[in-house]
Amino acid sequence: MITTTKGEIHESLLEKREGQVDTDTETTEWVEYWFEGELVHRSVHVKLKHAALADGAASSF
Amino acid sequence: MANTTAMCTSFKGELLTGTHNFTPSTGNTFKAALYFATGSLGAATTVYSTTNEVTNTSGTGYTAGGVTVTNANAPATSGTTAYWTPSASFSWSALTVTTAFDAVLIYNSSASNKAVSVHNFGSQTVTAGTFTLTMPTNDATTGLLRIA
Repeated sequence: MITTTKGEIHESLLEKREGQVDTDTETTEWVEYWFEGELVHRSVHVKLKHAALADGAASSF
Repeated sequence: MANTTAMCTSFKGELLTGTHNFTPSTGNTFKAALYFATGSLGAATTVYSTTNEVTNTSGTGYTAGGVTVTNANAPATSGTTAYWTPSASFSWSALTVTTAFDAVLIYNSSASNKAVSVHNFGSQTVTAGTFTLTMPTNDATTGLLRIA
């Protein structure tokens, strides 16, 4: 069963669409379920590859 | 304007005053909040704000303020780099947000909600589903926060 905007619907009654986007900073996977031409479920998983960096510095005399 | 990945400049200054404590269990509590793509968070962000924070299109999957960051990773060093990464993913379930969002703000809820860092990702919407943000590997190359 899939949780949708119309309640729980058996997966066999839904059209499933999946995708993945890979960039330098993240990998994103998404899954959608459509019912009679209407998007009724969309979940997203973003996997960060790296993030914020601060450069430290100490002055010399 | 746009949301931009950055370690907040105010956070860098607050490191010098000992404002933030990332020690697991005994340290501060950090939270993660999502922001709409219309926001302008970045290096200049100093504190958590509800301005442009994600709100539910329907349902109650998102609560203002976001989720508590799981911290089982003690800050560490390798070579000349110090680093820290949350020990678990951030996740929101039973979520419906149909306006695009593309950033998460990490902030210190134990220290007047002072901002730590902003992390930008591709714009997303979620419908009756789950949004999960998985952390990078906790090391000196990819850790979520790195000071080199």
